[in-house]
Amino acid sequence: MSETTSTPAAPTPVVAPPGLVNIQVDGKWVQVPKGTRVIEAVSKHGTYVPRYCYHPKLSAPGNCRMCLIEMGSPKMGPDRKPILDAAGYPEIAWMPRPQICCSTDVSEGMGYRSQSPLVDECRKGVMEFLLINHPLDCPICDQAGECRLQEFSVEFGRGESRFIEEKVKKPKKVELGPRITLDDERCIMCSRCIRFSKEIAHDDVLGFTQRGSHTVLTAYPGRKFDNNYSLNTVDICPVGALTSNDFRFKMRVWFLKETKSFCTSCGTGCNTTIGSRENVIYRQTPRENNDVNEVWMCDHGRLNFHYLQDAKRLTQPLLRLPDGRSEEVSMAEAVREAAAQLRHFKGEEIGLLASGRMTNEELFLAAKLKRILGIEHYDIVGRPQQPDDILVSDDGNPNTRGAQLFKLTGESPGRFAPVVASKVNDGVLKALICLGEDAASIGAKPEALQKLSSLIVLDLLPNASTAAATVVLPGAAFAEKRGSMINVKGRLQRLNQAIRLPGNAGDDWEILRDLIAALDGGNGIYTIEDLFQQMAAEHPQFAGLSLSKIGDLGVPLP
Amino acid sequence: MSRRFPHPRERRLVFKNVDREGWTNDIQAYLNDGGYDDLRKALSMKPQDIVNEVKTSQLRGRGGAGFSCGVKWGFIRPDEKKPVYLICNADESEPGTFKDRYIIHQDPHQLIEGMVISCYAVNARLAYIYIRGEFPEGARILEKAIAEAHAHGFLGKNILGSGFDLEIYVHRGAGAYICGEETGLIESLEGKRPYPRIKPPYFPAVLGLYMSPTIVNNVETLCNAKHIVRMGGAEFAKIGRPNNTGTRVLCVSGDVQKPGYFEFEVGALTMGELLYDICGGPKPGRKIKAVIPGGSSAKVLRADESYKIKVKQPDGSMADKMLPFNDIVLDFDSLAAVGSMAGSGGVIVMDDSRDMVWALNNINEFYAHESCGQCTPCREGSLWMKKISDRLVAGLGVQGDDKNLLNVADNIAGRTICAFGEACSWPVQSFLQKFPDDFKAAAKNHLPEGARTALEALAPEVPHGREALAH
Repeated sequence: MSETTSTPAAPTPVVAPPGLVNIQVDGKWVQVPKGTRVIEAVSKHGTYVPRYCYHPKLSAPGNCRMCLIEMGSPKMGPDRKPILDAAGYPEIAWMPRPQICCSTDVSEGMGYRSQSPLVDECRKGVMEFLLINHPLDCPICDQAGECRLQEFSVEFGRGESRFIEEKVKKPKKVELGPRITLDDERCIMCSRCIRFSKEIAHDDVLGFTQRGSHTVLTAYPGRKFDNNYSLNTVDICPVGALTSNDFRFKMRVWFLKETKSFCTSCGTGCNTTIGSRENVIYRQTPRENNDVNEVWMCDHGRLNFHYLQDAKRLTQPLLRLPDGRSEEVSMAEAVREAAAQLRHFKGEEIGLLASGRMTNEELFLAAKLKRILGIEHYDIVGRPQQPDDILVSDDGNPNTRGAQLFKLTGESPGRFAPVVASKVNDGVLKALICLGEDAASIGAKPEALQKLSSLIVLDLLPNASTAAATVVLPGAAFAEKRGSMINVKGRLQRLNQAIRLPGNAGDDWEILRDLIAALDGGNGIYTIEDLFQQMAAEHPQFAGLSLSKIGDLGVPLP
Repeated sequence: MSRRFPHPRERRLVFKNVDREGWTNDIQAYLNDGGYDDLRKALSMKPQDIVNEVKTSQLRGRGGAGFSCGVKWGFIRPDEKKPVYLICNADESEPGTFKDRYIIHQDPHQLIEGMVISCYAVNARLAYIYIRGEFPEGARILEKAIAEAHAHGFLGKNILGSGFDLEIYVHRGAGAYICGEETGLIESLEGKRPYPRIKPPYFPAVLGLYMSPTIVNNVETLCNAKHIVRMGGAEFAKIGRPNNTGTRVLCVSGDVQKPGYFEFEVGALTMGELLYDICGGPKPGRKIKAVIPGGSSAKVLRADESYKIKVKQPDGSMADKMLPFNDIVLDFDSLAAVGSMAGSGGVIVMDDSRDMVWALNNINEFYAHESCGQCTPCREGSLWMKKISDRLVAGLGVQGDDKNLLNVADNIAGRTICAFGEACSWPVQSFLQKFPDDFKAAAKNHLPEGARTALEALAPEVPHGREALAH
């Protein structure tokens, strides 16, 4: 060998920046953050890895075996150092057996294959095993259309069954709790619901009994699966085993229109998807927002939409005639009449009961109304409540922060509401405006309400105040309008309209705008965007924002 | 069982006192025989030195997997901050295996002494004997022996003045095979369903009982610790063959004239010697057809077959050699070389009167019944295999059953959380591989007149069975 021939330079190992590791996914090297679960990294950089038991918010038991992939570690040389290829990446020593990728994090120099004959064979095998004892009753299953068994059957299922044995028989229609019905034959024993109950709901009430293919999901003897988070298990159940008593057999999911919204049942403001069809809401499900509710919501909030479809819903503007009868009028007429009535009183004679359930836009206008009329006695109805350490807030109002921002309440929300009520009862107030709240709920006596010269009530359902109202203005519920609210953590979030207003009801902000216009002349607000703009102009917290800029996940306010 | 005397070719080490003349299982008999002297010796040694002796001994685990005991103990760091636990796996459940129960019944103090020594070596202050629920008498005997050992200062605080403390508790299982899988055992001991843990990360030596380092050893393995301390690791390693040291208790059951338990130096005899010289050969007029050499999950071997193995030549190269069945040496490596395993030492013999389809169905039934149900392939596959072989036995085979059976097994092995996947699929794979004609014959279409499907034939009472299958 001549002196001039140099040995090829040893390749320089590729070093990932701090916090990242080099991994090979389906033949290409990528850098991913340390601590990334392999299934997430491979699904992102390779192909989507099918899974049943794995859920990013729960512990990983590795039991469904659907995520088996090929894995390998750096091939070591005699010097116990990785053997590098020309590019400086380690050669991979592939393990002969497939490995699950849901339970381990990425590590330096590892190789992963999400596509290979072995991987395909594993997925097909597991898919077949999951289906042989499954009832295959998709036509009548509520999960149909959003079922992982259906989804992965398309990719990994066999064209026809070779299972000619009798299927395992298990309990059907098991009342697991007041809101959940279980079909044990559909269950694929992924244990997501068990882990959710233990790890998220802190109520370790679910478990398996029996063994082998005869395993059944059940609640602890003598206990019910009745915690306030039970319906989340219906969402995370990858199959139709757990169904919601409220939703089951009501509507095929593929007919549902999905509207992004948030829950207005407390100050947390869990992000939701409203499922509706032809102006009827069928369900509300949580939507992922890791700054608010992760992927969960409480049962109370989830089911708190049926009042929108209540038969007693106010859908017609009404005027009370001197003889006590009611007259149906148009919304424009009702608003004109309300303005006409309010003009007769001095500021100190008018009370205003606003609500922490109103949107910022509505509250902004209510504050304007208060100013125009010179109202001195006002507040919202406070809703302090018992929080849990999961999602339920100690504030039952979704927008107390908004009411505070527009100075319709103070540091102690609702503190002055009883004062308003007593002034109604004592006859000091001659007129009262109730925006989405019943004055009786804060202590106003029904007979005192009857004696008011003017009682303007904007609400959704009949109550003592609407019964005594001189003008009834039927308004819009959270799913029937657009607008924004600020949750207890100061996050600005947006409501989107899922369904139309019922009957002759009006959108609250439009009613308020028209009332103000009738009292004080036009204000140039034609759309809710105009309104938001004006609000942002007067309140620097909203500077630079618009309804569309709030986005689906909301924004933290300064 | 009537008293038996050791066969002259046996070497009784662990089974020394089993069926011994005049022997009882109380502590006095044990002490009269020099019992607990090895413990005294161990306590005079440094724990790390005992671990090293066990490493030198090359002792391999007697539970089934044959993992190096010294390596396992070596996983425990001497400066470990968490508590270290030791668990004796007395859940002897592998069909064909009945060695540990004789140690427990007849020589419990040997086990306890072995356990105290082992605990001292790995610095465990709390140990459990997890005994299968079907051994109530064994549990009573162990409780009595533990009380006796306590009374003599071999357990409890400051054992024999050494400063070492240890308590041993007996925990009875509730009748589940899976509790013999070490991580399933640990879950059960923690009061949970015995779902085996995923490895990684839950290797017992790192994250075992209560997420603390834990050593899980078989009864026979722990007994050997005592003999290693007495003899020294190097002396122990002289018994048997390299990498296959010590003695092994073999439990022979099935179609031989003299079944029973025997203790031999590992690799000291061949299959033929065991079956014919020790066990008296087949019953009159019969021929041995097949042998499962290491408990029911081990792959079956055909008695009329020769096995291709690799043999080292004088020049160091490897060459193929055909090895007749009777010449297979009974040790870990030789049985692995012919495609099976030494496993738990349970040798199940079947003669030519046995129907291989029936035999496999019997095994399938066991594993379908014992699958814990945690992970999909084993949960669904074990029962499916049983249902197919049920039909084959009932004469209701369908063309393709043999291929499907094998394919189902292939879809289980290597894809499950624990080794049960292999335990239930290896019998199927090996029976089909070794006796393909038997299964092919059973898988001919045998459905009765009028029945189009197996389901209709087997379960005519199922409503709409015909319609359900038509779709």
